[in-house]
Amino acid sequence: MIETENVHYSYPNKVEALKGVSLTIQNGEFVAIMGQNGAGKSTFVKHFNGLLKPSKGTVCINGVETTKSSVASLARNVGFVFQNPDHQLFSETVEEEIGFALKNFGFKPEVIDERVTWALNLLSLTQYRKTSPFLLSGGERKRVALASVLAWDPQTLILDEPTIGQDHEQKEKLRQFILQLQTQKKTVVTVTHDVEFVAECNPRVVLMKEGKIVADGEGKKILTDPEILEMSSIVLPQIAQVFTKLSALGLPKDVIDIYEAKDILMKAKESRRRL
Amino acid sequence: MSVFDGLRFRKVYSPIHNLDPRIKFVYVIAIFIVAILFSQIIPLAILFLMQIPFVLLAHVQKQWLRSLRGAAFLATFIFLVNVATVYFTSGYTITAEAVENAVSLTLRFVVLVESFSVFFLTTSPDHLGLALEESKVPYEFAFAFTTAVRFVPVLAEEAQTIMDAQKARGLELEKGNLLKRIRNYVPVLIPLIVSAIRRSLELAEAMESRAWGATKRRSNLYALKLHRGDFVLLAITAGILAVTIYIHFFVPIPNITQFL
Repeated sequence: MIETENVHYSYPNKVEALKGVSLTIQNGEFVAIMGQNGAGKSTFVKHFNGLLKPSKGTVCINGVETTKSSVASLARNVGFVFQNPDHQLFSETVEEEIGFALKNFGFKPEVIDERVTWALNLLSLTQYRKTSPFLLSGGERKRVALASVLAWDPQTLILDEPTIGQDHEQKEKLRQFILQLQTQKKTVVTVTHDVEFVAECNPRVVLMKEGKIVADGEGKKILTDPEILEMSSIVLPQIAQVFTKLSALGLPKDVIDIYEAKDILMKAKESRRRL
Repeated sequence: MSVFDGLRFRKVYSPIHNLDPRIKFVYVIAIFIVAILFSQIIPLAILFLMQIPFVLLAHVQKQWLRSLRGAAFLATFIFLVNVATVYFTSGYTITAEAVENAVSLTLRFVVLVESFSVFFLTTSPDHLGLALEESKVPYEFAFAFTTAVRFVPVLAEEAQTIMDAQKARGLELEKGNLLKRIRNYVPVLIPLIVSAIRRSLELAEAMESRAWGATKRRSNLYALKLHRGDFVLLAITAGILAVTIYIHFFVPIPNITQFL
């Protein structure tokens, strides 16, 4: 469980990035943190594994304050996948890259081998086991970075902009994958600008602006509220845009799911025919 | 990164910032030569104090002090090595002269750092590039130089991100003995080098697609011109050099220890 209480954070250059953020994320939740550039999203999630420590307020992971433990020990429970895979790849083979964290955490060699095989398989990278990560394509490098974190099976997974540079198929795989983690009661926190991706997943949405949380709730509610979204310069998902324009016909506005949209439209068509 | 902070330009307007970078560079080189010519405390101390009005005029006291603090480690090292050398070579005794000598060598280093720091703090990379170009340095080299200067903060920031990414994977940079600690930095250095190379290739493509090097003779948005302040600084520089040469050849400089 992640609990933050009135977290303030200022960078060494005196820029105040967080101005009192309080948020509780239960185990097994899927949370998308959204907001415009410079809203403090990345700064905030870097507090979850202790990379940043609050200048004021507290951050507790499973009841332990982050100021009382090291990044390495917090990382064991909170896996953080950075936006740019090139900021972490350095090994000669994909296999070593994925095994790096496991070695740092002191796993036994046979366990490492087992976990690496599992992670490679999970992200369909098995064929690249002995390849240099630098020879892979952008999307594949991103998957190696993800695999290198998943390998130690952390309770919480933080994904910073996971959909950037991914084609539709990879995005869909990522979505399926997050759903799969949900069934295992894993917590997933993602920082993203990808409104359509969030609409498809429909997680809990936390909206940030200028270092503060301005909205927090069900994705369906927040992503269909034009006033809240405009404040954070986010556009409505396309389906919500269509339904906002159709609201004069007496259709509901809060629709972001494509299947729900189809059902509503079919029903509307049926009832018209009957008239 | 405190040493870099002391060399990083921030845009402010002051009489010193407006000076021609070429003249400022001549001045720095003159201070450099004078510092090398003397090895006694008194002239080096005067040289040190002479920079302070420049720093105050340019309003860069804070950054300047930070660069001196950044140099403090190396300065201490120079002092200790000098004292230790005398101590071990002269039969394990230490004299006042030896200490004075070590202090003046350290002071010389500080003067060099200080004057270069003033130069880099008050000269924008663009001006520097312009100065190189007008001094007939080929444009390719001038451009490479200014780009390198400009990318230092970008690289520093990137190094921080990479360190964060590896720490998030359980890397502990401060763990182990000295050799282990150096090896801990491999997962930071490799991504840093790879991404710097990748970035430079991208930069080259972006520049070529904007017709970099299409014509031999480029025009510049700004032209460097000498103003009154520049001539004043040039006169001051000539004066310093003249006085230095006179003192160096005709005036014996006393050691502090002689007064004790």
